[in-house]
Amino acid sequence: MVACNCGCDDELTKQLDKIIDPYRGNPGGLIQVLTKAQNLVGYLPKWVQIQIAEGLGVSLQEVFGVITFYAFFSLIPRGRHKISVCAGTACYVKGTKMVLKTLRELLDIKPGQTTPDSRFTLEQVRCIGACGLAPAMIIDGKDVHGRLEPEIIPGVLEQYA
Amino acid sequence: MKSLDELAKIKESRRAALKIREGVPSATEKAHVMMCGGAGCISSKCLEVVDAMKEALSKNGIAEQVQIILTGCMGPCDMGPVAIVYPDATFYRRLKPKDAEAIVEEHIMKGNLVQRLLYRAPGAKEPTPKVTDIDLFAKQKKIVLRNNFYIDPTSIEDYIANDGYAALGKALTQMQPAEIIEEVKKSGLRGRGGAGFSTGMKWGFTAAASGSPKYVVCNGDEGDPGAFMDRSVLEGDPHSVIEGMAICGRAIGAEQGYVYVRAEYPLAIERLDYAIQKARENGLLGKDILGTGFNFDIEIRIGAGAFVCGEETALLTSIEGKRGEPRPRPPFPANAGVWGKPTVLNNVETWANIPEIILKGAAAYAAIGTEKSKGTKVFALAGRINNTGIIEVPMGTTLREIVFEIGGGIPRKKAFKAVQTGGPSGGCIPADYLDTPVDYDSLGALGAIMGSGGMIVLDEDSCMVDIAKFFLDFVVDESCGKCSPCRIGTKRMYEILDNISKGKGKEGDIELLVELATTIKATALCGLGQTAPNPVLSTIRYFRKEYEEHIRDKKCACNVCELEE
Ligand SMILES: Cc1cc2nc3c(=O)[nH]c(=O)nc-3n(C[C@H](O)[C@H](O)[C@H](O)COP(=O)(O)O)c2cc1C
Ligand code: SF4
Ligand code: FES
Ligand code: FES
Repeated sequence: MVACNCGCDDELTKQLDKIIDPYRGNPGGLIQVLTKAQNLVGYLPKWVQIQIAEGLGVSLQEVFGVITFYAFFSLIPRGRHKISVCAGTACYVKGTKMVLKTLRELLDIKPGQTTPDSRFTLEQVRCIGACGLAPAMIIDGKDVHGRLEPEIIPGVLEQYA
Repeated sequence: MKSLDELAKIKESRRAALKIREGVPSATEKAHVMMCGGAGCISSKCLEVVDAMKEALSKNGIAEQVQIILTGCMGPCDMGPVAIVYPDATFYRRLKPKDAEAIVEEHIMKGNLVQRLLYRAPGAKEPTPKVTDIDLFAKQKKIVLRNNFYIDPTSIEDYIANDGYAALGKALTQMQPAEIIEEVKKSGLRGRGGAGFSTGMKWGFTAAASGSPKYVVCNGDEGDPGAFMDRSVLEGDPHSVIEGMAICGRAIGAEQGYVYVRAEYPLAIERLDYAIQKARENGLLGKDILGTGFNFDIEIRIGAGAFVCGEETALLTSIEGKRGEPRPRPPFPANAGVWGKPTVLNNVETWANIPEIILKGAAAYAAIGTEKSKGTKVFALAGRINNTGIIEVPMGTTLREIVFEIGGGIPRKKAFKAVQTGGPSGGCIPADYLDTPVDYDSLGALGAIMGSGGMIVLDEDSCMVDIAKFFLDFVVDESCGKCSPCRIGTKRMYEILDNISKGKGKEGDIELLVELATTIKATALCGLGQTAPNPVLSTIRYFRKEYEEHIRDKKCACNVCELEE
């Protein structure tokens, strides 16, 4: 096989095929496949979109349309760690603005952006189920940090290299 | 398992093994520790407490005689990490890893409760050790969360021990489909996803619709951005949803179900997926369930972060793997749902009620609640309130009871201002109406809605203009853009509000907001747009003075809005 320049990767291509296999020719599986593909690759570059479109038998346009409709999907690479600040109602009334301000000062990025060293991507989400400990944020989709205050946020970030 | 007899046998043997959780000391086991594993307690580091406890148990050589079980959210999240130790049913709170040793060496080994970790009611000198005696829990009534303090969410046997799948057994062997639907109708159960439509009637329409196959769908999108009731049910008791859906399958003649869960809930997805697998292995999903010839299976569909996908027609399109844009109704899902086929779509909490209704009968269920709103409702209490977390109360409980008795009132002696229900589709209810019984109709009459159960308490420091702006910002962000009243109208409303909040409002802005709101409500295509103006309308209705202060005096009395110049 001739190597191409589109950014695809042999090993990832194979793994992506495994994700697609159960849904081959079944357009209804598009969202499940995209979710798993993003977990695998980190985001959804063009080569991933093409492979999925061909595998499921849908147009590339439709794949793109679905990706841009849902907030969970990303077309650009993200940092090693994803900080999701809760902007749900309970957190909002208890200080989401303060959390975002502190993070903006520390990282110099806005929600939706990634730090130049690719360490953090910042985003806003709605309710992560820790309303009782508002304001809260979740890092890498699993570590919930609650009762946030400006002074403790730097210490939290230090745990993620 | 191939028969009801086998189910009964599992129940019996498991129930015997779990006697300790009913308070009966066991000869072979010293304790069962139910550790809350909800998101709140995880963030207060309950997993470190579990590790420390395992270590302390090994150190004392009793690891074999104590079970540690990670449950779904137990409710009082702000006290987390919380745990219940059986057989004494002792409730411990604010646990730290260093407390694990005391619980093991003092409580479990010697029977001395660890006083400093016990709950104390506000103002009380003596602690309340036993979970069932604690005021906060005693005022609640648990149907949806019936298994909350009792089962391991990853054990199908635990679920069966507490009458799990007995309702499905009854529906399959002792009831005709029409009788099941009749029973659900008589129970008075109304949809818990927000709109409050009669569940039994919905099933009846779908059963009567022509077209096959038929489908059963669970809405676990939980879009209200300040609430996590459905997540708690899926994480804490996933089989209750599976059982409810299977019963509906039998009632309407469907063999396939889908549960739509948002990608932001990875643990809920994992627990549900595991539960489905276990149900299949045990012959409670799949072909020939309990040897009755009934087939039913469930697939999970993942929602990828679009609020509008909670709306039923959008959700059904999203299940098909497409952009989740709503479409006009009729046709309703009962006639044209997934893949254009007749479909019942209900909310997670609605499903979790079904087994109890079938097992105990409609009359017992209908005895709880008010005339037109039966049963219980789960709420997520949050905001400026002392006891935040998940509660379940009979319909008709007053807001005062919820906020001040169960919720423990407002922190730091601040004054209560309002409670927001129904999230972006709902409204704010001021102090004058605290004695309103919470049910669908009385909340609707106040310009709020029951909604899915998010309840955000606001105090004297909360600016109502700011809250209205928060919700509008949310809907502007989440509008799918398909119809212009919602896409453009909410944006215009947001701009006006933004100006008001910055001290740049003009005379006539309030009237303009009301006019826009009325038009959007009347012309938007789906529920998102039709309800989007509610938070603005209700704050204008009850807190017009605050809007006027921002506009005329260029002043935010709560010091929340950042006024320019
Ligand atoms: C914008 C919008 C968002 C909604 N979000 C949800 C949701 O997250 N969960 C839910 O169960 N119902 C939601 N609904 C209501 C559903 O459309 C539907 O009425 C409900 O799921 C039916 O189930 P039920 O009868 O058991 O309540 C939403 C409705 C609208 C208009
Ligand atoms: S009301 Fe809003 S969300 Fe609903 S279809 Fe119209 S634009 Fe989309
Ligand atoms: S609103 Fe932030 S965790 Fe619920
Ligand atoms: S998460 Fe533990 S009580 Fe809610």
